[in-house]
Amino acid sequence: MLLLTCPNCGVTAEESEFHQGGEAHLRRAGPGSPDDAFEGYLFTRRNPHGVHFERWRHVFGCGKWFHAARCTATLEVFGTYPAQTTEPPADIVAAIRAKRPDWEGFR
Amino acid sequence: MARKRYSVFAVAREALRGHTGWPRAWASPEPRARYEAIIIGAGGHGLATAYYLGKNFGITDVAVLEKGWLGGGNTGRNTTIIRSNYLQDPSAAIYEKARSLYETLSQELNYNIMFSPRGVIMLAQTEHEVRGYTRTAHANALQGVATEFIGPQRVKELCPIISLDGPRYPVLGGLWQSRAGTARHDAVAWGYARACSDMGMHIIQKCEVTGIRSEGGRVTGVTTTRGDIGCDKLGVVVAGHSGRLAEMAGFRLPIESIGLQALVSEPVKPCMDVVVMANTVHGYMSQSDKGEMVIGGGADGFNNYTQRGSFHNIEQTVRALVETFPMISRLKMLRQWGGVVDMTGDRSPIISKTPLEGCYINCGWGTGGFKAIPGSGWGMAELMARGHSPLTEAFGMERFREGRFIDESVAAGVAH
Amino acid sequence: MSTRLATGGRLIDRSARRRFTFDGRAHEGYAGDTLASALLAGGHTLLGRSFKYHRPRGLVASGAEEPNALVGLGAGARFEPNQRATTTELFDGLQAVSQNAWPSLDWDVGVVNNAFARFLPAGFYYKMFMHPRPLWKHLFEPFIRRSAGLGRAPSERDADRYEHFYAFCDVLVVGGGIAGLQAALAAGRAGARVILLEQTAHWGGRSPVDGVRIDGGPAEAWINAAVQELDGMENVTLRPRTMGAGVYDHGYVLGYERVGDHDPAAEVPRHRLWRIRAARLITATGALERPLSFAGNDVPGVMLASAVRDYVVNWAVSPGDRTVVVTNNDDAYRTALALKSAGLEVPAILDARPRAEGELPEMARAHGIRVETGKGVAKVRGGRHVTAVGVCAQAGEGAVLEEIACDAVAMSGGWSPVVHLWSHCGGKLEWDAAQALFRPDPDRAPTGHDGHPFVATAGAASGALQADRAMADADENMKNVLQGIGRKSPSRKPPKVESAEEAPLAPVWQMPQGAGPALRAKMWLDYQNDVKVSDVRLAAQEGYESVEHTKRYTTLGMATDQGKLSNINGLATLSQALHEEIPQVGTTTFRPPYTPISMAAIAGEARGPVFQPLRRTPMHEWHEANGADWEPVGQWRRPYCYRRAGESRRDAVHREVRNTRNALGLLDASTLGKIMVSGPDAERFIDMLYTGKMSTLKPGKCRYGLMCDENGFLMDDGVCARLDERSFLCHTTSGGAERIHGWMEDWLQCEWWDWQVHVVNLTEQFAQVAVVGPNARNLLERLGGIDVSKETLPFMAWTEGTLGGFRARVFRISFSGELSFEIAVPASEGRAFWERLVEAGEGFGAMPYGTEALHVMRAEKGFIMIGDETDGTIIPQDLGLDWAISKKKEDFLGKRGMERVNMTSPDRWKLVGLETLDGSVLPDGAHAPAEGLNANGQRNTQGRVTSTYYSPTLGRGIAMALVHRGPERMGETIAFNVPGRTPVKAKIVEPVFYDPKGERQNV
Repeated sequence: MLLLTCPNCGVTAEESEFHQGGEAHLRRAGPGSPDDAFEGYLFTRRNPHGVHFERWRHVFGCGKWFHAARCTATLEVFGTYPAQTTEPPADIVAAIRAKRPDWEGFR
Repeated sequence: MARKRYSVFAVAREALRGHTGWPRAWASPEPRARYEAIIIGAGGHGLATAYYLGKNFGITDVAVLEKGWLGGGNTGRNTTIIRSNYLQDPSAAIYEKARSLYETLSQELNYNIMFSPRGVIMLAQTEHEVRGYTRTAHANALQGVATEFIGPQRVKELCPIISLDGPRYPVLGGLWQSRAGTARHDAVAWGYARACSDMGMHIIQKCEVTGIRSEGGRVTGVTTTRGDIGCDKLGVVVAGHSGRLAEMAGFRLPIESIGLQALVSEPVKPCMDVVVMANTVHGYMSQSDKGEMVIGGGADGFNNYTQRGSFHNIEQTVRALVETFPMISRLKMLRQWGGVVDMTGDRSPIISKTPLEGCYINCGWGTGGFKAIPGSGWGMAELMARGHSPLTEAFGMERFREGRFIDESVAAGVAH
Repeated sequence: MSTRLATGGRLIDRSARRRFTFDGRAHEGYAGDTLASALLAGGHTLLGRSFKYHRPRGLVASGAEEPNALVGLGAGARFEPNQRATTTELFDGLQAVSQNAWPSLDWDVGVVNNAFARFLPAGFYYKMFMHPRPLWKHLFEPFIRRSAGLGRAPSERDADRYEHFYAFCDVLVVGGGIAGLQAALAAGRAGARVILLEQTAHWGGRSPVDGVRIDGGPAEAWINAAVQELDGMENVTLRPRTMGAGVYDHGYVLGYERVGDHDPAAEVPRHRLWRIRAARLITATGALERPLSFAGNDVPGVMLASAVRDYVVNWAVSPGDRTVVVTNNDDAYRTALALKSAGLEVPAILDARPRAEGELPEMARAHGIRVETGKGVAKVRGGRHVTAVGVCAQAGEGAVLEEIACDAVAMSGGWSPVVHLWSHCGGKLEWDAAQALFRPDPDRAPTGHDGHPFVATAGAASGALQADRAMADADENMKNVLQGIGRKSPSRKPPKVESAEEAPLAPVWQMPQGAGPALRAKMWLDYQNDVKVSDVRLAAQEGYESVEHTKRYTTLGMATDQGKLSNINGLATLSQALHEEIPQVGTTTFRPPYTPISMAAIAGEARGPVFQPLRRTPMHEWHEANGADWEPVGQWRRPYCYRRAGESRRDAVHREVRNTRNALGLLDASTLGKIMVSGPDAERFIDMLYTGKMSTLKPGKCRYGLMCDENGFLMDDGVCARLDERSFLCHTTSGGAERIHGWMEDWLQCEWWDWQVHVVNLTEQFAQVAVVGPNARNLLERLGGIDVSKETLPFMAWTEGTLGGFRARVFRISFSGELSFEIAVPASEGRAFWERLVEAGEGFGAMPYGTEALHVMRAEKGFIMIGDETDGTIIPQDLGLDWAISKKKEDFLGKRGMERVNMTSPDRWKLVGLETLDGSVLPDGAHAPAEGLNANGQRNTQGRVTSTYYSPTLGRGIAMALVHRGPERMGETIAFNVPGRTPVKAKIVEPVFYDPKGERQNV
């Protein structure tokens, strides 16, 4: 039962109060994009055994979406941050680096 | 190693000499430098692939590499349901192939996998489900899969412990497949392993693949914790670890690995002779030959490699089943466990050629892989041997780019 | 035989007698007894039968690890199988029955299996029962199933109630022995919020039984004082009878409280499930004694040494008059001393070690007990009960040197820490060769959400077996834990514990050392599942070498005790067979729960009507009172139809359709999703959501729109009304409201977060009624207040005002093809408004209609229904809805997906209408076969029915279907397969069956 902190309302709550929405920082491929790009956007999700950036919605709380950096092998949560960003903020990246020195980095 | 045939007479003979004469069920050889074909992953699907490569195509120069112990992944963690009442043609074809192979698998492998064709009911608890299952029954009739939609009274006859008039979701009927059932999951892996070993194939446990070697876009072998091993053809059949292996082979897969949990009760005397799946409330249950009620539910909601899940999912499943089968209320949960399932974009598997020539992949079985093992192995073997198989054709990984999905959730059912 | 001693028994109250029955016979015990101690006191040493061979089984243990003494408890709606007698507190009127024996426990025909035991080794069923094939299903499997299983399954609905509690704390201590108490005291004194759980009804664990002294007095005095102090702390919660059942990620721990089991007459929930969030968990769960593997170690009367001691000291029950103690360690000497001081005979202590010169052995000798070192048990004599043991040299092969008559054997193979909770969430173990046990490796503890360890151990659970070390370990570990959570531990010395100094044990995995196959086939590892040393060796011989293979092949540790007694002995046996070290073989995975917990407790209160929340429209009660035949629609209930006296469902639906088409129908449409989208960028946003160009809609007007997912698949439809320049009201399907609202939020928050748009789900703020039929306008005019004339309120327009005194929005839209108004009023006024319509509509023939009439009428008009014509794989083009897709817009959700090769294929199945040639109703979901078979031998198909109804308006069956190139095949006849019947022929027609020009709605 994960514990997550919603960066929008500040509430720390159990996983059952949230809903996971897949990989974070996807770039939408719209009309005119090549088939590969569109397939990548819709289906070819990152599935790392380790550091993962993912979308969560505080669905039974403030209703807002946010992002979490989480380890899929240990379930450690490195941090959460608002969804209105195209890449993880520096403090989150630093927090991951501190705990996972051999992490290959975001993208 | 000379095969010793299993039979009641063999058991009796051995009993008289203290069972000292039983040979190893499968050999434990050192890897050779090269094989015609290598299968990565000695789970049910990998072993079945090797078995049918030998049996159907005479390819016995095969090694099956396993990083842990054979059958130690999802083959030994599932709820052992076997059914083929799928809606879409490609699914019905491969699952029905598997189901029909399961019927005679004990005899074929000379290993009792205890296939028990006790029948599966998928409950319809909303009007929408009634329509969905009626549609499936119609589709099955043309696919050669024997199913029928039955009314609530027949459901009650088949499964007397069910409560038809749950205050929230009454039972309106069900999709009944009488020749579906269960089997002993470990025995499927062990039986295939023994048969592969008998054909001279090498099953190499505790051998982790750390890299995939290629030349000019063609696979040439693998590097492992037990050295480099060459091959002409490579089959990757590693379920939850497919993404990592694909990365080694230089391509990406439309797969996410998430947790799935199950549980059993303490054993009780027989009280349920069929498998019942209740998809509206997300729970299913059967009784093992040992007497345990074997229970599963929906998958957990996030990427997770831990083989553990969150308890609220167990609560939800148990709640649904106490509602459906009120008598289990005073049974006790003996054990719960989790596995890692690989989910594709349309929740149907991938059995496919890959961008690396000579390398084939079989993955993405999600929550429903056990029931498919013989059919999956049959098709994968044909694909590897011939480069083409009608059974697997629709399951190619290019379907996501083309928008050609095999979506089973459409008929109210979820795949398990 | 076993009996009650005249004096003693620290847990029983001899003044309070408790009556109970076992297999129908009346018995008596005392308050404080467990069912096990009371049965043993009554001379019952045969309590059950084993799983496979149906061998006689008696008590082995005294607590949660007991594998044998399982009974059926209670009767009727309170019957429960597989209840452990050792953890069942005795109460007046308790009814217990034995299990897995027929016709009776004493004369069980299943014991025939025992005679064939040599033919039934590990995994025998994998090698047999294969021929002839049908016999497995019809003979072998039913036989195996009947002989397996333990207790009888309950047959009734549970009469008890259950509940869930949430709790939060800084420190959760599991286990109320001296280590747990000390840990809780330290945390409590430091001001931390503490919860302390103890699975039994008593505090203090083993120390009082073992004669431990603390701070110069008996352990009991210190325990009482500790409990009293803890009880007085406001920041500490004590829960006896509460087991730590499971540990989950991020510090989530499950507690299982047996609130009412010991007192069924009390008006309390039977079980309570605690969901505890703890910053730190301390497992002070003690250790379990291991049996020794000697031939006949399963004969009733052979018990764990600690259990023998427990029965004597706690409950004043003597398991036998003459008890032989067999051991590889010093602790078991305590049992001999306890027996001796209770006045019972100990003919000998057989110690497998070459020497035994510690404090305890010397005390035993001083009490005149014969101590034989280097000796073991060659075999146990007796069938249903021990009569003697054959003594042998441990180093030998089992030649009997001497027979000692006895009626009980107390065995001890050493102790294993209870590491279950530590391991549930990924804590790792290390092998302690000196003590021959696996103990938690503090460097590899389970980690929580922050990556820091959140579990620590205390006492014997750490591997600190001796009481003084356990106390010191608890004290030290607790200091570290408190430091970790930023609490200062009080500078107090831990209590001074006096406990006899114990010499090291000698690991003994087989007795005697050189036992051959014949003896090994009589050495039980798993008593309940009948797994013997010989079975594990056979598994290894056959290549089932991994510990998981062995477990699964032999069923070792898979019984209801989950291997609490057998796991370590089993894997030591395996390691010997493989000639590997124990740590190399490893352990199987520990999974929750620690001991089985009731399904009912897991389900909690959410059963029956409160199983899931029920959503009600404001008019729900009116429908209920007026004959509504309910249909579950998601969490809503909607009237399928309203049945009148003597009417079938079908009759009612047909009446409702005819009445609506001919006079006036009223539909409660409140469940319809209503989402308001507003803001400066609302136009831009709404154009991304809908496939059409909705931004051109003028205020006061409505338009039908489609929403697709990014694959291009149609996911919802409905009428969008433009409220003003900056706002739109989007109607969604009933089932889609929450999903679509979430969908909008997702895009606004995560993709177009710079767009100024606000969306709000108003579904439950409004009651909505569809007033439908030729008299619809008449009714609204009678209510008065809003001009609903054709000129002022034309088709696809909306207005607002006061209608019959109600604030209302009136949408002139139609899902039936009739003159129709959908009227939204505040939810609080919904019921009154509905009743007003019913009352005022009387003269116009108003009748309510349900969802089925709605479906029939929309099908007559060829309107698609999300979920019928769509299933998540259908694009709007499949349904002939190309007109609702903008060609001009550069982008909308789903546009790119629709461009893929499979979506633009001319071979897609497309929507058509069907008319059966004979007027019959096509079966729902029927498929039309095409010529030939596909490559997998399946019939080719060319179409399927998506909606099919009897049209009371047209007097015949109508259907909608998706057909291969359907619209190009108008007028063609195709046949639909109906299993068991002749195919039904149908003509392909336009999907609009009634009033194709739309004249009726436009009046």
